[in-house]
Amino acid sequence: MNRGGRAIFSQQIVNGLMLGSIYAMVAVALTLGIGVLRFLNFSIPGLFMIGGMMTWALVRAGLAWPLAAAAALMVGAAASLLVELFTWRWMRKADEFVPLVSSMAFLILFENLAVVHWGSELQSLPRLFASADWRIGNLVISAPQLVGLLLSIGLIAALSLVLARTRLGRALRTIAEDADTALLLGVDIHRIVPMVFLISGAFAALGGVLFALNYREVHPFMGEALGLKGISAMVVGGMGNIWGAIAGGLFIGLAEVVSIDRLGADFVDISVYGLLLLILIMRPTGIFGAAGTRARS
Amino acid sequence: MSGYVEGILVLLAINVVFAYGAFLPMAAGQLNLGVAGFAAIGGYVSAYLSNNAAMPASPAIVLGGLAAAVVALAVAVPVLRTRGIYLALATFALGEIVRACILNMEAVGGAAGYPVAAFIRFPVIAAFAVAVIVLVSLLFATRFGIAITAVHDDERVADLMGLNVRAFQVAAFALGAGLAGIGGGLYAHHFSYIEAQYFSISLSISIVLYVLFGGTQSVFGPLVGAAVFTLLPELLRGSAQWRYVLFAAIVIVVMVLRPQGLVSGAQMRRLLAGKEQPA
Repeated sequence: MNRGGRAIFSQQIVNGLMLGSIYAMVAVALTLGIGVLRFLNFSIPGLFMIGGMMTWALVRAGLAWPLAAAAALMVGAAASLLVELFTWRWMRKADEFVPLVSSMAFLILFENLAVVHWGSELQSLPRLFASADWRIGNLVISAPQLVGLLLSIGLIAALSLVLARTRLGRALRTIAEDADTALLLGVDIHRIVPMVFLISGAFAALGGVLFALNYREVHPFMGEALGLKGISAMVVGGMGNIWGAIAGGLFIGLAEVVSIDRLGADFVDISVYGLLLLILIMRPTGIFGAAGTRARS
Repeated sequence: MSGYVEGILVLLAINVVFAYGAFLPMAAGQLNLGVAGFAAIGGYVSAYLSNNAAMPASPAIVLGGLAAAVVALAVAVPVLRTRGIYLALATFALGEIVRACILNMEAVGGAAGYPVAAFIRFPVIAAFAVAVIVLVSLLFATRFGIAITAVHDDERVADLMGLNVRAFQVAAFALGAGLAGIGGGLYAHHFSYIEAQYFSISLSISIVLYVLFGGTQSVFGPLVGAAVFTLLPELLRGSAQWRYVLFAAIVIVVMVLRPQGLVSGAQMRRLLAGKEQPA
């Protein structure tokens, strides 16, 4: 590989990591639902989209971008509480697929509400940061991307600290073991479970906000492709594993960028989903998860 | 019959076939999110046969379904090692792999899509749908249906009762894939054109929605679910853009009020026996 080729390659590694940090946010949102509630929450891609589109809509309405981002985050978290109100709360005792169906219906609901309000076109945000690129040798690293990466690592560290150290974390881990036993032990699950949705909704929406700020393009169905990559990232990292989610996100981001580079764009999906299938069959706890017994479904 | 009504009825019949394709594994406790992948295999194989081997549409569609079932049998052994959410995600990955492979297959048009020369009208499609309904109802009136229900309710007890749990799961998975393949073949030969993008995860999700909405406890659940899901958006057409919003809201509310789906097993037994029975 000549010098120019190597520079382009390392630039792609950087881009892959940035994309991966957004996948990681979605993966954390998903993995929290599975880890604590054994609930595959398909409304997460919708919450991601709400984060992205609200940022765009509020910036367009003249709000400063930090305010728009914060408001979008809150709307996403609030929408997630709405999902809780109509899914897990009612269906804890139902067939395990039923909450999944309702969360899919929420995805359809959110996407089509966005279409009704804003139309289905691709919308672009104005350039928000004049020139915030840092150059290290031949590498170009944009400041917002780097901030996004650090922010996601920081938030995930904070989340794992909350889970390990606080009273809330202990309650969540009890629910993860067995919701009925948690109830018997005096854990107020109907107060605690909305917290899970609040946190995972905020992570999903933050992923959308970061996507909108970095790639400056949003549309009502933006969550679908990202959601699928987030699912892959979660599986690679081991379902229910918070740190696995960020490792999986970065890994999928890199794998995607490298396979575009080496195999051509046509083979990206085959390699990403092939990897996903292989991991599910061979090592269902994920590459970064502890090897051990298959987790209960 | 006006073109509009025929169009809706065709869609209804195809959706019914798809719904039974997802219902069979679900009745055995497996969520197959890769239904669209098997539908794609059936659609493309049958289209290839009728285009290149001068085969009439109906046998080509049956062979397409067979091809999907064979692929399902081949992948069932590794894929059905997983369970629950893992199985749902594994089948989802499988569907996406099938789609990505078709996108890269130049012999069937790749990303440009694949035109289908042969054309079938509503009567043929309706005949297929009725045959599928009758076949599945008959199947569930046999020991197979009871065994599948037992596997769904409690695998361990079914195993203790001497059922070969794995064999029933593989059978339900492959039979379902075969039906999905037939649905794909019907779609290909009515709309004269197929493309890989149609057989996406959204299609799998909609098909799974039909079944869960109708209910997985009775053979008539998928029929009711597919009918409601095909006809309801048409009835709501008055408020063009809002119809999907309303539609999703209805699904959410129904799932809260009736998590077992519209048609439940106890209901059907009561209806058929004419008297109360313990559920």
